[in-house]
Amino acid sequence: MYLFGGTLLVLLLVVLAGAAMLGAERLPLFDLNEQQRSILFDIRLPRIFLAACVGGSLAVAGAGLQSLLRNPLAEPYLLGVSNGAALGTMLAFVLFDQLEIARPILAFAGAALATVAVYRMAKSRAGMNVERLVLSGVIVTTFLSSVIVMLTTLLDAAKLRSFTFWLLGDLSQATRNGVYLSFAAVIVGTIILTSQARALNLMMIGERDAFDFGVEVGRVRLLVFGAASLVVGAAVAASGSVGYVGLIVPHLVRLSVGSDNRLVVPFSAVAGAIFVVFADTVARTAIAPRELPVGAVTALVGAPLFIYLLRKR
Amino acid sequence: MLEVNDISVRYDGRDALSGVGLAVREGETVVLLGANGAGKTTLIKAMNGTVPVASGEIVLNGRSLGVLSRREIARSVAVVAQENETRFPVTALEFVLSGRFVYGGPFGWETDEDVSFASQALQECDLAEFETRLMNELSGGERQRVVLARALATNARILLLDEPTANLDLAHQAMMFRLVRKRCDEGSSAVVITHDLNLAAEFADTVVLLKGGRLIASGAASDVLTAENIKEVFGVDVLLDAHPVTGGVRVTSVF
Repeated sequence: MYLFGGTLLVLLLVVLAGAAMLGAERLPLFDLNEQQRSILFDIRLPRIFLAACVGGSLAVAGAGLQSLLRNPLAEPYLLGVSNGAALGTMLAFVLFDQLEIARPILAFAGAALATVAVYRMAKSRAGMNVERLVLSGVIVTTFLSSVIVMLTTLLDAAKLRSFTFWLLGDLSQATRNGVYLSFAAVIVGTIILTSQARALNLMMIGERDAFDFGVEVGRVRLLVFGAASLVVGAAVAASGSVGYVGLIVPHLVRLSVGSDNRLVVPFSAVAGAIFVVFADTVARTAIAPRELPVGAVTALVGAPLFIYLLRKR
Repeated sequence: MLEVNDISVRYDGRDALSGVGLAVREGETVVLLGANGAGKTTLIKAMNGTVPVASGEIVLNGRSLGVLSRREIARSVAVVAQENETRFPVTALEFVLSGRFVYGGPFGWETDEDVSFASQALQECDLAEFETRLMNELSGGERQRVVLARALATNARILLLDEPTANLDLAHQAMMFRLVRKRCDEGSSAVVITHDLNLAAEFADTVVLLKGGRLIASGAASDVLTAENIKEVFGVDVLLDAHPVTGGVRVTSVF
């Protein structure tokens, strides 16, 4: 466990340094000139830090939702939570164009509504099986996607292109404020989720088990849904819908440290940061000077893993 | 310790339990018997507040269940429910430790005391070597014993067991009842659902017969397990005689 934590921290530093150096313009680690400094501090670092916050956010949201819903396939993007946040962000764009703060707030509201909707659809008298939850996620996702597409018709052509890119996950619009907000959200969200980790350990075994052994199930559900909506809302408002991070990262962390959420949640935050910083570096260097949406890169890894997890059992 | 005062429970607009009364005293093993759908599981669920009562009251250590928090109830009442599979790689020890939830705060780790209760419970259930084994790799019977170990590890004074012997072989069925009996001899009490009338006769202080959500009879096994009562509850004819070793009631179905 200490070994794993240490490895993660070292890996994070290496990936951060690598991401800072690599790009359309290759930067040295030391002795930067004026122009290079400006590239590093004004463009590259905000983007890298945003990538780290977004990665941590999506990974902890995935870890929390999986345990709460007893389903290793639960993930913000696949459940439609990210699309809920995306719709909220778009509404903020259309309704309050210049007001930057409206975006994360409506994104949070959208994420929360989508979470509740998918939960209520998936829940039946007989409980909630894996397939039913995933299908409910598909329904919510496609429904929200069509609303988003309708909203895009209100946008002009230039905005439309950047939007399409943003929908697939785009970190190139990183701003200082966006980074601060995402950072605050991921810290608060991770603390809330970690505080519920012991309850989640019981929820992961069964909702009835949790109830029988003293967990206030309704309260835990509210806190986890709230924290997940908070981090996903902040992440999506800043960077669009990056998919599969919440699936891949907690899965790998569980392979390394087991299922105890007191380890899985905080380690997922760090590992998620590493993963998205890495994926974003690939996205902006693979076909440089052009860029891929980071969501395309994460989906390339995530979709096969999803199939594997679905078939296993 | 636990009193069920004339409760009714409604499910889907019909009465799952009506007018059931029962007292579980310190040191007592109560066995619930009845056909499928008689309301046994509902009664156990009502006893720890999982299903609300429509009328009547359940009193735990002198206080009404309705005013107690989940934590307070879980400190006194531990449940062995019918088994539940998890899709996450949880070890047997982690599973048992999850029962110690009420003794920790947020962010907390289990104390040495928690771990020693858990190991001891696993040992009692004949699972000492299983601590690091994953739950989804165990057999149904082994899992069922881990579930029992979790309830024992809580040190709750009241155990509610819903068909704890369903997946167990003959030896472990007896072990399960002996462990429950031992806890009761140490001052705990237990409410057990089973379909095995002979195990009930052997281990119960009080046998309760339920039919269609109503209490048909309750009392000592020798008084309650009569051919007429069994015919009424299960609709089968039985022969009763004395167990050759213990002298208790022995029930044999006549097909």
